[in-house]
Amino acid sequence: MAYVDDFPTDARIVRWNLLVAFTALGIGGLFGMIQALHRTDVFRGFVSSADYYSVLTGHGVLLALFFTIFALCGLFTWGVTKSLDRPLPSARFTMAWFGFMFVGALTATVTILGGLVPSIPFNADVLYTFYAPMQAHPAFYTGLVLFIVGTWMAGFDWFRTYWRWRGDNPGERIPLQTFMVLVTMLMWYISSAGVAVEVLFFLLPWSLGIIESVDPLLTRTLFWYFGHPVVYFWLMPAYFIWYTVLPKLAGGRLFSDPLARVVFVLFLLLSTPVGFHHQYTDPGIPEGFKFIAMTNTMFLLLPSFLTAFTVVASIEHGARQRGGSGRLGWLRKLPWDEPAFAGCALAGLMFAAGGFSGIINAGMNINYLIHNTLWVPGHFHLTVGTASALTFMAIGYWLFPQITGKRLRLRSVATVQPYIWFVGMTLMSNAMHRAGLAGIPRRTAEPQYDAVTFQGVVGGVSEMRLQIAIGGILLFLGLMLFLLVIFATWLGGSRTAPLRVNGTLPTPLSGPEHSPKILDNLKLWTAIALVLIVLAYGLPLSAMLADGLFAPGSPPIPV
Amino acid sequence: MEIHRYEKLWTAAALLLIVGLIATVTYGALGPGVTMVDDSGGTVDAGSLGETEFGDPGVTQTGENQYEVHVVARQFLFQPGTSSPIRVPANSEVTFYITSADVVHGFEVAGTNVNVMAVPGQVSEVTVRFDEPAQYGIVCHEYCGAAHHTMAGQLVVVPEDEYSAEGS
Repeated sequence: MAYVDDFPTDARIVRWNLLVAFTALGIGGLFGMIQALHRTDVFRGFVSSADYYSVLTGHGVLLALFFTIFALCGLFTWGVTKSLDRPLPSARFTMAWFGFMFVGALTATVTILGGLVPSIPFNADVLYTFYAPMQAHPAFYTGLVLFIVGTWMAGFDWFRTYWRWRGDNPGERIPLQTFMVLVTMLMWYISSAGVAVEVLFFLLPWSLGIIESVDPLLTRTLFWYFGHPVVYFWLMPAYFIWYTVLPKLAGGRLFSDPLARVVFVLFLLLSTPVGFHHQYTDPGIPEGFKFIAMTNTMFLLLPSFLTAFTVVASIEHGARQRGGSGRLGWLRKLPWDEPAFAGCALAGLMFAAGGFSGIINAGMNINYLIHNTLWVPGHFHLTVGTASALTFMAIGYWLFPQITGKRLRLRSVATVQPYIWFVGMTLMSNAMHRAGLAGIPRRTAEPQYDAVTFQGVVGGVSEMRLQIAIGGILLFLGLMLFLLVIFATWLGGSRTAPLRVNGTLPTPLSGPEHSPKILDNLKLWTAIALVLIVLAYGLPLSAMLADGLFAPGSPPIPV
Repeated sequence: MEIHRYEKLWTAAALLLIVGLIATVTYGALGPGVTMVDDSGGTVDAGSLGETEFGDPGVTQTGENQYEVHVVARQFLFQPGTSSPIRVPANSEVTFYITSADVVHGFEVAGTNVNVMAVPGQVSEVTVRFDEPAQYGIVCHEYCGAAHHTMAGQLVVVPEDEYSAEGS
């Protein structure tokens, strides 16, 4: 029996979430290719340089917020219902949160597209970070609020499903997938409160003319209080897949359930008190608090290092079960022609590279060299742009048949697709990193200036541009192939043939019986997370507030 | 909780790396003295910069080899920097005070580690040494509006003797 047969209502909501996610991915990916060609001056015929920023805003918001979070909602709904073996309690409530998220996302997207379509009277060319005092149309902020409220409701839906399960199963360990969902959502509630305050109390009333001015540094700080944990909100569903599904895809079992729990708890504790590492070069924040954010950020490496070990060990176990041997020879026995496996494994590999460039970003003083240069998008295209995006696509190949009851179509296309993404991202990302070292800025339509010459540290600037353009085209091609497979499966497949995949997940080598009970004490970890946040943010935030909530103030500057 | 021996080794190595990385940053601050932009520049009213030291921005000499440069970033230029280059002598210690008159901007002297945000209401203070004569490009690296990509300037470090000859 496939998931769709066991949980028809939940399968429908998973499907809808993934379809919205992948549609956002398609539009955002098209925008990405336009940017890659535009800023490298390979082709500037799509949009003017002034409209480039509408495209860039769309790329950031559609991919970083809507694609990732709708995908998360699909995967988490699947994970909770499957691991607790019970449906979400109320289809009506589930539709309500999906509705909030969808209407919010649609409102924000239409407002952004208003920058490109003259007949839409709104615009919001404020990029994904929407720093005040640049002001978007109030519809943009309203859309974001609706979207975030929808995610809070979704989290509540998963929590109450768990509470009902707990009522029937007192004393049992929280199943691993549900544990990961709950811990991730706790992190999300804590951190998204920052952006909610920023938008609801400051930007929205300010854009409506209810308050005259806002403090640009305070609103920026609230954004980044949310802006780093959101990175983990993209990444946690990928980790959730790497821990719980990837070992099975490799033919093995998860190495250690206890360490998986430890890793998620560490993310809950450390994801938020690090936001100042996005503001290392900001004025108005004492150096000591930047230092605290730096040390927290470095310790945040630990859960990712632990993940690297567990995931590789699980895969190796799978390869050895399949007859692999030797120190590295087992690698050959892995199912590299299975798109779900290949995509997740390549995503993990690129994440390792992205992790190392992230260490440079985190290094407070060396950050001066690369802050706001192309290095930074080079970094996060490996993390959110590959670790998350490629994992979500890859798991789509595995999950879509189970939520539709239809066999995957165009399997040969699916088999090459992760490799196209991998090659495209290798070209684009390495060149972006090197361009950043040369000082070429990010977020600009034309990084070519009469007064400025950029010196490549490794390689020449024109070669970097070419790699970025070719990489961008390959990534878009990979994206189109992915959408072709998914939509062909969804629209064209029949439900007659039995599925080739099943959702049974093998038990870990070291199971929950080996993991200390305290790990499941969610109240304790939430309390510690809050204490760490007060330590990191309490004093600097009170200093910003001391001279008045809205001072030093800036009136809105519509763009 | 059972932890595999290799995993213990791996975790220890990871922790060692983390502590090592924190040590390098600490050394950077204490040894070579790389300080971070912080709240030392204070705040300013972005709406009335004319009444502050940013009313007439530019270079002033404050000591034998010490200079201050006040820079206002606004859509879409640096004052000074864009219409005329910022000029300082070689072998000098220069403290920049940078703020914004409108939206958030960036101030990056390409190819150096002078790289700060210009936030309205705040003053970014950063001190650097210029040892050799050179020409640098200044780039606004934070999106600031439709013509953001045109916002750039120049910084010229002139030989010490030429600078005093100019008498500026």
